[in-house]
Amino acid sequence: MKALNIVGLKKTYKGGVQALKGIDLHVEEGDFFALLGPNGAGKSTTIGIVSSLVNKSEGSVEVFGHSMDTQLVDAKSSIGLVPQEFNFNQFETLMQIVVNQAGYYGVPRDVAKTRAEKYLKQLDLWEKRDARARELSGGMKRRLMIARALMHEPRMLILDEPTAGVDIEIRRSMWQFLKEINQQGITIILTTHYLEEAEMLCRNIAIIDKGRIVENTSMKALLAKLNVETFVLDLPLGTDSVSLLGFEYRMIDDHTLEVDVPKEQGLNDVFRQLTEQDVMVLSMRNKANRLEELFVRMVEQGKTTGETQS
Amino acid sequence: MMGSRNFVALRTIWIKECTRFLRIWIQTLVPPAITMSLYFVIFGSLIGERIGQMGGFTYMEFIVPGLIMMAVITNSYSNVSSSFFSAKFQRNVEELLVAPMPNWIIILGFVGGGVARALLIGIIVTFVSMFFVDVQIHNPLIIFITVLLTASLFSTAGLINAVYAKTFDDISVIPTFVLTPLTYLGGVFYSLSLLPEFWQWVSKANPIVYMVNGFRYGFLGVSDVSFSTSVIILLVFNVVLFTVAYQLINRGVGIRT
Repeated sequence: MKALNIVGLKKTYKGGVQALKGIDLHVEEGDFFALLGPNGAGKSTTIGIVSSLVNKSEGSVEVFGHSMDTQLVDAKSSIGLVPQEFNFNQFETLMQIVVNQAGYYGVPRDVAKTRAEKYLKQLDLWEKRDARARELSGGMKRRLMIARALMHEPRMLILDEPTAGVDIEIRRSMWQFLKEINQQGITIILTTHYLEEAEMLCRNIAIIDKGRIVENTSMKALLAKLNVETFVLDLPLGTDSVSLLGFEYRMIDDHTLEVDVPKEQGLNDVFRQLTEQDVMVLSMRNKANRLEELFVRMVEQGKTTGETQS
Repeated sequence: MMGSRNFVALRTIWIKECTRFLRIWIQTLVPPAITMSLYFVIFGSLIGERIGQMGGFTYMEFIVPGLIMMAVITNSYSNVSSSFFSAKFQRNVEELLVAPMPNWIIILGFVGGGVARALLIGIIVTFVSMFFVDVQIHNPLIIFITVLLTASLFSTAGLINAVYAKTFDDISVIPTFVLTPLTYLGGVFYSLSLLPEFWQWVSKANPIVYMVNGFRYGFLGVSDVSFSTSVIILLVFNVVLFTVAYQLINRGVGIRT
């Protein structure tokens, strides 16, 4: 079953800005799905329409088979939203925020309190349950929004930049938590600027740019398209220019070499040629995350070719 | 199942609204008590004694129902306008918009919160007035019906104001330039019979006249207009404003892009 089925979705804002130019998007039940795109590409508009915070101009959206036009209650009940901006009442306590949210979905108060304990504990917020939301750190606020979104036990969780501004330790614990709830059967849709995050967590991916879907495939298939990777090699200080036959390469300074390595050629030949020239390699790293490299290329390609195709 | 889910949602919004105004009681409950005490001292005790009788009652007895009604009107309006606008401003209105409850539940929840505050203020101000005058009660049911319909009407009006408001200034414009003049000219401090015939006729275009007089009838048994007219006008305004609010929220005016 499709958890999310979007067909021909368009959105034109007042003033004429066309944020979505007719997107089709399908997410299977149980998937961990990444929706990526540069700022202003249409990610938040798509999420806004699915969560009924933005009115669509055209097209259809179905959530677990429930049309958002005719079965809005069932569709809304299936979704938990973690928005990009903090949107809870800063003067309320954590308990009030999560218990009230459950109440809006019709969850009785006693059940809501039990669930609040469960999710606040899982997200390491239980000790802060009586603190006002404005007293929390940025990372705690992000986790609070995840706990709030889970209170009605939705079948699909949509997270818009859930780890923005969160330190690496908390980010990793959030990743672990999201993996666990995905394994329990909750479909997860994620937008993020941390492409490492998408690569690590998501099985399928869509890239949106200028209001159109430019890629919608599995993470594996997408990464397979990346046939050239750039490596940065740290060399001893004062290394003269080097020569690498059959490779694109650049000396960034007198001790840093960048080499573009096609997959079919591999790295051995680079090391062989450098050894022959008595050049020692002190260390080596990827210039960028693989997905990031691919993403930048696709978006750059879109810029140079003008309109991208869906 | 659907009914009980909606009831839980309505109850949640109502409790949240009541918790909000009780949490900030110094801003919400104390000022009306102080303001009304000043009205009672200045207009009732000091100036009122020189005015003498009005409508067959001492001036203090005459103005008590109007002053209570004035507090009910201003507090029901400001409670919902500020609460709903704050929810828009902090974006926590989105918590309601993503939930599977019908829009009329959202309106009823906020209006219910405004009515609760207005009734509590009404009780507080009535209690304060007891220090200055022996409060008479002609018909408690009439008092209850009038105050309930008035509070719900102005709570709904406050919600409509908040829907359109873009800044905090926008929620003070209507109370300052419309509500306060209409209330002061709505027969709180005088009987319409004191006015020339033309101004009596003009005053009857002011809906607050019917609320103040309906309420006064419940306390004193006297009124410038018939109670049935007051109730009909209150009901009509309630239905019209609720319909407007419902249409606005359905269309997402000010809350959805």
